[in-house]
Parts: sequence; C-alpha cells; structure tokens
Amino acid sequence: MEIERHQYDVVVIGAGGAGLRAAIEARQQGKKTAIVCKSLFGKAHTVMAEGGAAAAMGNVNPGDSWKVHFRDTMRGGKFLNNWRMAELHAQEAPDRVWELEAWGALFDRTKDGKISQRNFGGHEYPRLAHVGDRTGLEMIRTLQQRVVALQQEDFAVHGDYEAYIKVFAECTITRLLKDGDAIAGAFGYRRETGQLLAFDTPAVVLATGGIGKSYVVTSNSWEYTGDGHALALLAGAKLINMEFIQFHPTGMVWPPSVRGILVTESVRGDGGVLRNAEGKRFMFDYIPEVFKHQYATTEEEGDRWYTDQANNRRPPELLPRDEVARAINSEVKAGRGSPQGGVFLDVSTRLPAEEIRRRLPSMHHQFKELADVDITAEPMQVGPTCHYIMGGVEVEADTGAASVPGLFAAGEVSGGMHGSNRLGGNSLSDLLVFGRRAGAGAAGYIDSLDRRPTASAESVAEAKAEALAPLQRAGENPYEVHHELQRTMNELVGIIRKADEITEALEAVQKLKERAAGVGAAGSRIYNPGWHLSLDLRNMLLVSECVARAALTRQESRGGHTRDDYPAMSPAWRRKLLVCGASPDGSAVTVEEKAQPSMRGDLISLFERTELSKYLTEEELTEYDKAVEESR
Amino acid sequence: MTQTTAESPTRRQRAQLKVRTLRTDRWWLSPALTFAALASFLVYGVWAIFDTSYFVEPYLAPFSAPCLATSCPEGARLFGFAPFGDWFTLPPGILILGLPGGFRLTCYYYRKSYYRSFWLSPPACGVGEPHKKYTGETRLPLIMQNVHRYFFYGAVLLGAILSYDAILGFRNSEGEWGHMGLGTLLLVINAVLIVAYTLSCHSCRHITAGRLNHFSRHPLRYRMWGFISKLNAKHMLLAWVSMYSIMIADFYVRMVAKGVITDITFF
Amino acid sequence: MTYKAKFRVWRGEGGEGKLEDFTVEVNEGEVVLDIIHRLQATQAPDLAVRWNCKAGKCGSCSVEINGRPRLGCMTRMSTFTEDEVITVTPMRTFPVIKDLVCDVSYNYEKAREIPSFTPPADVKPGEYRMKQIDVERSQEFRKCIECFMCNNVCHVIRDHEENKPAFAGPRFLMRIAELDMHPYDVADRQDSAQDDHGLGYCNITKCCTEVCPEHIKITDNALIPMKERVVDRRYDPLVWLGNKIFKRSDSKTT
Repeated sequence: MEIERHQYDVVVIGAGGAGLRAAIEARQQGKKTAIVCKSLFGKAHTVMAEGGAAAAMGNVNPGDSWKVHFRDTMRGGKFLNNWRMAELHAQEAPDRVWELEAWGALFDRTKDGKISQRNFGGHEYPRLAHVGDRTGLEMIRTLQQRVVALQQEDFAVHGDYEAYIKVFAECTITRLLKDGDAIAGAFGYRRETGQLLAFDTPAVVLATGGIGKSYVVTSNSWEYTGDGHALALLAGAKLINMEFIQFHPTGMVWPPSVRGILVTESVRGDGGVLRNAEGKRFMFDYIPEVFKHQYATTEEEGDRWYTDQANNRRPPELLPRDEVARAINSEVKAGRGSPQGGVFLDVSTRLPAEEIRRRLPSMHHQFKELADVDITAEPMQVGPTCHYIMGGVEVEADTGAASVPGLFAAGEVSGGMHGSNRLGGNSLSDLLVFGRRAGAGAAGYIDSLDRRPTASAESVAEAKAEALAPLQRAGENPYEVHHELQRTMNELVGIIRKADEITEALEAVQKLKERAAGVGAAGSRIYNPGWHLSLDLRNMLLVSECVARAALTRQESRGGHTRDDYPAMSPAWRRKLLVCGASPDGSAVTVEEKAQPSMRGDLISLFERTELSKYLTEEELTEYDKAVEESR
Repeated sequence: MTQTTAESPTRRQRAQLKVRTLRTDRWWLSPALTFAALASFLVYGVWAIFDTSYFVEPYLAPFSAPCLATSCPEGARLFGFAPFGDWFTLPPGILILGLPGGFRLTCYYYRKSYYRSFWLSPPACGVGEPHKKYTGETRLPLIMQNVHRYFFYGAVLLGAILSYDAILGFRNSEGEWGHMGLGTLLLVINAVLIVAYTLSCHSCRHITAGRLNHFSRHPLRYRMWGFISKLNAKHMLLAWVSMYSIMIADFYVRMVAKGVITDITFF
Repeated sequence: MTYKAKFRVWRGEGGEGKLEDFTVEVNEGEVVLDIIHRLQATQAPDLAVRWNCKAGKCGSCSVEINGRPRLGCMTRMSTFTEDEVITVTPMRTFPVIKDLVCDVSYNYEKAREIPSFTPPADVKPGEYRMKQIDVERSQEFRKCIECFMCNNVCHVIRDHEENKPAFAGPRFLMRIAELDMHPYDVADRQDSAQDDHGLGYCNITKCCTEVCPEHIKITDNALIPMKERVVDRRYDPLVWLGNKIFKRSDSKTT
C-alpha cells in the first residue's frame, strides 16, 4: 500500500491547548503547519480542565504580580522546578489569557468588566481566569476557532482553507523520522482508514499530554498513552522528572464507567467529610507531625472552622492533596474501604439539600447523570486517581527545544515547569505560554536551517513495518496486556512506593514488553481499535519503565513522589534531576542524575531565608546570602 | 518528494437502515394528542364563531370580543362603538378572528406543534418525515411566519380588551358594580392567562431587550427581559392552558346565554 | 446485579452493513459505552466506536440508542429493562466510516464557513471590558461540546440530504447567534444567517434542544432570537423605516 506523503514546515502532534497554541504561533510566523491529533478536532483532554488558567493579572487583587505567582509556583513544586520556565510562565500568562479574549473567549467577569479571577489551592491571590467550571472547554474552543479564523484568512488570500494550516484529525504518529541527528519527519496512520502517513518536516512540536492510561484509576482519557514521551525517547531526546505523578485524592470510584473522574476539591472545602466503612472520620488519624498545629484535632473544632475560620483550625480533610491521597490509600489497604474500593465522601449529612445544589451544582449534576447518585441524600465513594505527570521531555525554557535538533515540546508532555508538584490552574496557563514559545521556537529553528533534512527511505520502511506488524500477527489480545500494565503500575508504582515493589513492577514491565511484542489485532485496518491499542502499548510500556526506574532511583519523598522507605524530603536530592533516555529500539532505558542549575540571584532573592532553609543545602544557602548581599 | 493524498478506500454513505425509525417508545403519542387537541380547538372555534348566543349581561364570550358591528347588542360593544356599522351581517366574531388566530398560527410554539402533528415535519425527533422535499420557512407562504411580531402587537390590544371585559363582569345584569359570578371568575382567569401567554411570546422577548447586545446599558429593559424570559420558559404551558381557558370561558358564557345553565352568583 | 443484556449493534464499513445481535454481560452502574467496550474486549475486537473523555464533556461518543441520539457515556444501563433489546446505531445524518463511527466532516466544513469573531480594530488584548450580564447569553452557547447530535437529529438534513449545502445546522446557527450577541463583535451576521446558512429552513420543531446533552436551550435562546434579529433586518417594515428616518445604526451598537 502506498504511503500518503505531506510536506510541512512544522508538524504539531496533539491538538490540546499547547498543540493548538503552538500551531497558531507557527502559522502566524508564516510557517506551513500541520496539526496531527488522535481524536477529532476540539475533543482534546484539555476540555476536562475545570478550575481555570492562573495568570497574575491582578484583576481581583491588585497586589498580585508575576513575582508572587513565580513564588507560588516554586513552592508548589517544592523548588524542583525549572526556575526559568516558572519565571517565563508567571510573566507571560496574563498576555496569553488576554490574547484568548481577543480571539473570542468569554471569561466570567468582575464587576468592572474585567476577567474575573478565583482563588485556588496554593495561589496566594485570586488568580484563575475561569468560565464557571468549564474553562478548559472554553480554551479549546477559542483556540480551535482561532485556527479556523487563520484558515479563513488563508482562504481569502489563496482560495484554500488548508493552504497554511491543516488539521489531520484521528491520526496517530508512531515514529519520528530523522536525518542524522536532526528531525526530518514523522510517520503515522489515519485511524479512520488505516492509511499510512509520512510527513516531511524539519520541525516537530510534541504536545501529546500525559501518561494516565498506564494506570487503572485515572482522570485521563484514552489518548493519554504517553505517545509524545515515547516518541521523544525513541528519537534520542531525554525525559526528566518522570517519577513525579500527581494523584488527585478524590476521584469517583463508582460506577465503573466513570472511575477516576474528578470530584472537585471544593466538596471538601464546603463541608464534605471523609469516612471509612466503619463511619469514622479517619483523617484525624493521619495528620502529620509538621501540620499538627495547623489542623483541627477534634471533629467539633473542625466543624466550627467552616463558620469561624479565624478562631479554629481547619479540618484535616483539607490537608494537601498528597496527604489526603495517602490516607485514603491506607484506609482501603487496611480493609476499611467502601464496597467499591474507595472511602465515603459525605456532604449529604453536612449541608441542607438546597445548599448543596446551590454550592456544588456541577458535582450534583455529575453524580446524578453519571452515577445515579443523589449527593444530597447519600455519600459519594471516592479514591485517589492518577491525574497529571509533572515529568516529560527535557526542553530549553525559552524555545521549548529538546536536545534533538528540530524537536520541540510543550504542555504536559514537557518536563520541568512544575517541579515535583503542579499547582491547580498552572496547567492551562502552561499550555498557552509554552505552546506559543514552542511554536515560535520551531519557526526560528527552521529559519536558521540552511538545508531541509530528509528522512531516508529505509527509516520510512522500518516505521511502516513496525506499524503494520500487529495486523500480521495472530497473537495475544492487546487488551489483556494493557490491563495488566495498568494493574501493575497502579499497585506497585502508585501513590506510595517501596523499593521492592518498584523492582517487582520493573520485572513485570519487562515481561509485558515481551508479551506486547507478540500481540495481534484481528480485522481490517479501518478504524480497528485493537490495532491502535497494540501500537500504543509500546509507548505506555516505555514510559512506565521510565517512571518506575526514576521512582526507584530517587530516594526521598517530594511532591508527586512518595517513598515509604524514604519518607523525608532531602535538600541533597533537590539538587538532582533524574534524566531518562532510551535506545532507538526502546530496549534499553537508562536513568542518569543531572545537577539542577542554581536559581538566578534576582529570583532566589524573592524568597525569605527561613523558607529556603527547608529546601536548600547549606552550600546553596551560602550562595543565596551572597545573592542577597549583591542585590543590596 | 511528491505530495500524494490518497482518497479513502471505502464508500462513504449513511448507514443503510431501511426503517423509518428505531425508536421503541410511543413517539407517536405526543403528536397524536397534539393533533386531537388542536383539531378540537379548531372545531370548537368554527362552531363558536357562527354561534349567535355570545352575550349575556354582563358577560361577553371571549371568542366574540371585541364586538364591533351594529349587530352586537348594546352592552357587548366596546365602549359602545360599532365601527363596522350595519352592513356587516355575518357573526361579528369573524371581524376579529384573524388577530388571535394569526397570533397563535404564527406563534413559535404552535408552529412547532402543528409542524409536528399536522405536517409531520418531523412527527417526532429521530422519526423520518414523509415529505420528499423540504424548504422550511425560506419561501412563501411559510416565510410569512416572520410577521409574528405584528400579530403580537395586536394580541396585546386584545389582551387588554379581554381584561376590560373581565372587569365588566364585576357588574350585575343591571350594570351596577359589586357582582361576581362563576362567569366573572372564568373571564378573569382567562384574561390573566391570555395576557401571560401574550407576554411570554418570543417576539415580545426580542422587542423588550433581546435585540440589544449590551444589556448593561439598558438596565430597565434588561429587568423586563428577565421577567419576560421567565414567562417565555413557560410559553408552551401558557399556550395550552390559555387555549383551554378561552374555550371553557367562551363555552360557559354561551351556555348561560342560551339559558342551558344559570350563572352561579358568588355575590 | 449482573445480567446478560441483548444488544443489536450496527456493523459494517462505509454505510453497508447490518444489525448484529450480541448477548453481553452488564454490571451495576454501567453505561452503554461500557457495554460497547466489553464487546470490543470480548467478542468483537475490531468493533469501532469513537469516544474520548467518558464523562460527557468532549462529545465524541454520539450514537443512536433505540433510535434516539445519545452520548454512549451518558446513557445508563439502568434506564433499560433487563429483557429490553438495545439497538445501537451510528448517527443517521452523516456517512458511516465503520460500525458506530461516522464521518462528521460536514460539521467542520460548516464551522469554517462562519466568519470568525470580529472585534473592532482598535481594541487591544487586555482592554476588553464586558459586563457579566452582557456575556451570559453567548456563554450558554459556548457550553456546547460539539457532539453534533443537534445537527444529526435535525430533520432539515436528516431527512433531506439535499439541504446540506444550504443549511448549517442548529450547532452553527447557534454559533452565529453567539457571535451576533457578543458585545464586541462588529461583523454583520443577520443577512448571512438567512442567505448563506439557512436559518429559514429551521421550523423550530426543537429536536435540537431535546437531544442537547448540555441542556442548552438552542431553539428558545439561539435560533428564535436569531430569527427575530433577522426579522428586524429583513422583514420588519417599521424597523426599516425607523432606521431610514432616524439614521439609526444597526442594533450591534446599542
């Protein structure tokens, strides 16, 4: 069968917030751009984002500024963040949000007609631009409509909507093609027809999102199979921070169809309490020593907090996400879980039905429609759910460029920006800021080239053979392998990790890799989900191995990485980044340590010494003192 | 490298399902009921128009209000006027028939209900319609539906007249105030429902403030729009109850006028 | 609470095909999409269905269940009796690629024909000032998840393929209304709604509103108000006369 070939200046893989923003930028800089996505145009996982986009516009509290936002981001990430990315993010987010408005987004408004901003965990000031609880949808739709607007401009000039920007919907990229060291193209197939595709392009922007589908319980959609992570690895790029995965403590566990879907934090903020099967508010048993003086120790005090926050301490249900997730985890493991393997989150006995419907309309609706559960009458069942991976392709902060020439990454697939833990609301703004930078980076890279790299015929043939292999085998059902991988990762490299369990997981992944090499997909090439999954397995296994190896290496607990055998945070480990690499066939995954560069003097001086002393080594504190001295 | 774009190998057509619908519920019930209800209203309306016992002090049957011909009894005339004079010998109800008739005929809700139940276009959602061609309201005669707002202006007037007539029902047959009978009650309820139905009209909502793009610059009109919008959400309900209220009130007055029943007097 | 349900699923490529019978396990709390996935995993690994978020937020899994357009992920099995035969077919208005997956490119083509948001040239990003009450109407329409079930159910194109070139469908007529009501949009959309996008074809029979999973009042809040705005422009002699006499600019600026 002939391979369909296309020539573009930039190929963006992924049509979520980051991908679309990158494509818009590349096209605005005059580059012929293709957007390749696995779903239909406008269905990307970004639509699931509810809270908002963090940007220090200062519309609600004029005291806000990029410096405050930068500080919040670094704190949230436990100072492991790539500080340059955090800086650019905080500085540019407002412009990116305003730009959306000029493209037609309709955010909720303040009284004086500006974009309204809401409070969110970890943000010092109200900072999240939002539209009710569907901010992600608004963002995707606006960017989608901006792409259409650019196509209309092109139509007016060239008579062809797709002259300069074209969406290849429902296409999967399986390999990046190279010419020597540099990117020369991308290979994939149309999901609809099975038609093979090859793009000749000097620049590829990865914007493929996360890896959640390697876990059983996840808030992520099927698309999140770590494609970008794996493509980058196989092309010779590096991944960093892969051990850091954010588990949201309250995902739905029942019914099975919606397992993992988020239950917003505000349920607990508005009075919802966590109970185990015995009806006990167990969070009081899980207040860690460091938080003892900030959280209520009796139910009575905790309950008073909702009405009088000045004279009471907050209830332990409102501990940081990782603490709550761990507590739920241990209750379930101790056999005190709910029938479907979670715990009970009850708001029905805490607030009048009318009040619940008023304060939590979307949650009421979500449980009513999806689970047939009336949260005003009965408790919800919730449990931790895999939500976001902080790790990803190691990129240059200013351009989104990976170590492979011509390869760029933005959004969840890139690593560094969020350190070891991402703040709510920082993800949507991350997509916009670094999506634009990656698009501009790709455009700049092309301008600097003196010849277009070309992919060899052999590499195309190899990619073709690899893609078609599962169709030509009568092997194991790929669903079985996928389920086993999900179980393995969920149980052994989940929220709480131990050296022996991770080692066991690595062994299991090795065996699954062998099985994956033998899976077969019956049926034709036309929209064949078994075939698609067979190909996605390679990516999920590769990424899972990176996660496990990095998790085994990092002997401390920090943000989205909790080691039962190393429960403390270590300043020495903060100076180390774990970098994953792989051989071109994906067989040998390596993890290496790399030093975290020191923060620029003017940035580190934004923090107090007492705060930094909790995170930094003595040596770094001396540098800090020097920086403060110099700035005086 | 050459650019090749292969066309999809499969033929693209709709699913070749030969059945009109796969719905398993009683989808035909709602259009059938609507058909029966609207048809009975039409039948009643035709009878009422040609029925001459439309007035009995102090009640005027709503189907014949306002009474504008010389043939109208003295007390039935609007402010005593008979602008149409004595040349008009047909039942006076015909004179004003077009106004409420046209208002309901072009009403966005009734359009939906008769397009579905009479014209089967479509009979129900997801059920194929029997017509070969469809052009909707793009050309004559259906493009005339766009005059709805003029009927609305007229309907406002009519609502006022019906309310006035209902108030006149608080007089006794000698024309003295302080009376109330079952007829008064029915006329008052009917007037309220008719006015509510009229104000809940989509054209009214548009005229009030719907046509504006900046509500914030017209706070009063915005508040009115908010009120009309609430009514508008009940437009269907109001269309039905006001249709029945007018039939019931009309029928009652005629029965009293014919002497079939005697009005129940409250005071 | 586990039982065996009887399913009839459309199988076939490019529109040709037939309804195939399956008997499949159903557990408590499941939705139709779960059952389709179980069929994939156990009996028909190449059964094609489009889906994504599985939470009613992306609008990918639009199919017809017992003849009614529904999101597979939002149709609970508990709404059927255990002995009911559940028929799942692809959307009828669009060509079929395979099994339950349709080619929905009609919708993307229509989206492209509607001129984009057109703000005044002199307003810079960050200078926009809009009151909440002025954006609320358009915000309702922006809740749309583009499941295209309104366009699928609309008899104008469902029963009349020949109307497709002239009719944008409820989804995109609503998009026109959204832009026409946008406080900063300056493009003229009323004439084109009628001439280019077929607003007149709509006979307000409300099936679009009935199937909308986001419960957007498409007919009452978008299509009828848009029809009324078109009347202002085209069919209302009083407004026309008023505009002539008082040299009033159009309603966009009020």
